[in-house]
Amino acid sequence: MNWAEPVVVYGLLTMFVKVDFFRAVCRGLFAASIQEGTMDIIPQIIVSGLAVGGVYGLIALGFVLIYKATSILNLATGQFMTLGAFVCLSVLSYAAVPFPVALVVTLGFAALLGIIIERIILRPLIGEPIISVIMVTIGLASILKGLTQIIWSPDYRSFPQIFPPEPLDLHYAIVPSGLLWGFLFAMVCMVIFALTFQYTRTGLAMRATASNQQAALSMGISVKSVFALSWSLAAITAAVGGIIIGNISGISIHLGDIGLKVLSVIILGGLDSIVGAIVGGFIIGLLENFAGVYLDTLLGGGTKDVVPFVVLVIIIMIRPYGMFGKQIIERV
Amino acid sequence: MRCGDFKESYFEDEKIFQTFFVKFWLGVLCVFLVVLPLVGNDYVLYIANLIGIAIIGAVGLNLLTGCTGQISLGHAAFVGVGGYATAVLMTRYGVPFWFALPLAGGVAALVGLIIGIPSLRVKGLYLCIATLAAQFILEWIFVHWESVTQGIRGINVPPPQIGDLVFRTEKTFYYITLVVAVLGVGFARNILRTKWGRAFFAIRDRDLAAEMMGINLFRYKLVAFALSSFYAGIAGGLWVAFMKVVTPEHFPFGLSIEYLAMIIVGGLGSILGSIFGAIFMVMVPELLNVVTGATREIYPGLDQLFIPMKDVIFGSLIVLFLIFEPHGLAEMWHRLKSFFTLWPFSY
Repeated sequence: MNWAEPVVVYGLLTMFVKVDFFRAVCRGLFAASIQEGTMDIIPQIIVSGLAVGGVYGLIALGFVLIYKATSILNLATGQFMTLGAFVCLSVLSYAAVPFPVALVVTLGFAALLGIIIERIILRPLIGEPIISVIMVTIGLASILKGLTQIIWSPDYRSFPQIFPPEPLDLHYAIVPSGLLWGFLFAMVCMVIFALTFQYTRTGLAMRATASNQQAALSMGISVKSVFALSWSLAAITAAVGGIIIGNISGISIHLGDIGLKVLSVIILGGLDSIVGAIVGGFIIGLLENFAGVYLDTLLGGGTKDVVPFVVLVIIIMIRPYGMFGKQIIERV
Repeated sequence: MRCGDFKESYFEDEKIFQTFFVKFWLGVLCVFLVVLPLVGNDYVLYIANLIGIAIIGAVGLNLLTGCTGQISLGHAAFVGVGGYATAVLMTRYGVPFWFALPLAGGVAALVGLIIGIPSLRVKGLYLCIATLAAQFILEWIFVHWESVTQGIRGINVPPPQIGDLVFRTEKTFYYITLVVAVLGVGFARNILRTKWGRAFFAIRDRDLAAEMMGINLFRYKLVAFALSSFYAGIAGGLWVAFMKVVTPEHFPFGLSIEYLAMIIVGGLGSILGSIFGAIFMVMVPELLNVVTGATREIYPGLDQLFIPMKDVIFGSLIVLFLIFEPHGLAEMWHRLKSFFTLWPFSY
């Protein structure tokens, strides 16, 4: 394609001059996609985007579980992830047990943590204004972050090999082992959660509480234990998500920042929709990876971390209840 | 003996300084604040400057969150916008600090207006998330809009000056902070007595009811956002001129949380509360610093844990105040005062 070159040159020039931000973005996108060679990485971007998106979906599920049951947005999810990953790492390295045992211990710990936090911190605030409840989760995040740092020092650590290291070759794209197994793991967890919700008595109690607390109470459902259960399940999903992400990119105190990024997933999918969390996870994963490849060169890096938030703002402006959320937004 | 303070007219009720004792003690406080540089050392004045800047930022956030009920998780970003605006105006365009500071407030107010637009459509949880997103987007812009912000290298800022008088040291800068803080607090205290302030409280208590009573929500919510970010911008400008450098790390998400912690610990919707909260939250890390410094011989590793310990203490303060004292230090202060006023017949 001999006409591609001027476009690329023009795109680069606009980028350097930065006269017009948006024109540079558009030209650059166009130029990059018709460049030879970059065509081949598109399947690769899609595959890794979907894999990361699956993990995001799992973490988003934790948000949705708590929101559905208690109408609280748990901004400490990221710290739950870090904590879960660190506990798992410690169990693995000090007790030297196989990974499944360490996983069970971690999940037990996460469930207990969720219950304790719900009981001590969230329950006194039932019925308080929304700002108090949000702020209390932020305070909680701060406490957990500090404690994690005190116990496990802020250094970066790599996770021991828990999955087979061979990457999966799909011919048109290669999936690194961490992403592949993480994705499978996240999918299995999500299927288990979905089935539990749909077919067990506990799941029924949770759905009943989500749809109407008063009615659920009068039907003999213990709303308190549903709250506790939701928090422990959310802590479990966060811990699993933390382990997966820690396994892909190593563990440090900054692992928890992903927890805030996942907010865009649940806003996109709808705050109270489990399907939305999963679909939104994939979409954000894809967008983020495309941005990482195409926008980074134009805007000087780091777009991966900011694109989800831009999407979030756009969605809030045009469709606050997301793709699958219930439309109970009160216009003011 | 009067066992309380009874008002007999609206004029009396609306007065800022209601009794002789209030006026007297405020006078004492003013004298103390003015002579503080003559008696305090550099460290004390450094802390005093930090407190002054924090008070301005906290008052701004309290106008928005405490009085109007719009949660903002992006206050630090507005502080940053003000800081960068001051730095760019002073270094690139040679604007003197005295004009750059209000201009920076104006720039921050403009950005605040834009961020405030979602508040017209969504509220509560969604607004909270939108402002959180704004924080991260602005933070990213600070790092990556290198032609203006110079990225992570930051911008060095000359100290403010009038003629030959250069406000370089903590001692001289203290007077700038003091004047701006007093002006800011006075303006906020007054605005709450006007139509605007009453509109803010009405919107906080029930927005639909406020609209029924003829309050233009569109206008007053944006006014609150603009005002709050103006204060944030001023705080940012002062901070930059005080620190003489601006880099993106100065305005992280953690600072937004710190400001929220200030108004929660101090008291939501109370100007006095913002002042208490700002003093308290600046003093806590400093006290912690002193404690870790004093126990260095006994526990040598302790000073490395300073930042995580600060996180834990801030978080615990937020949680404890929200659960046990939702109206904050201002409420405790009122209770203390009324205890002495009414003693020994406290019923």
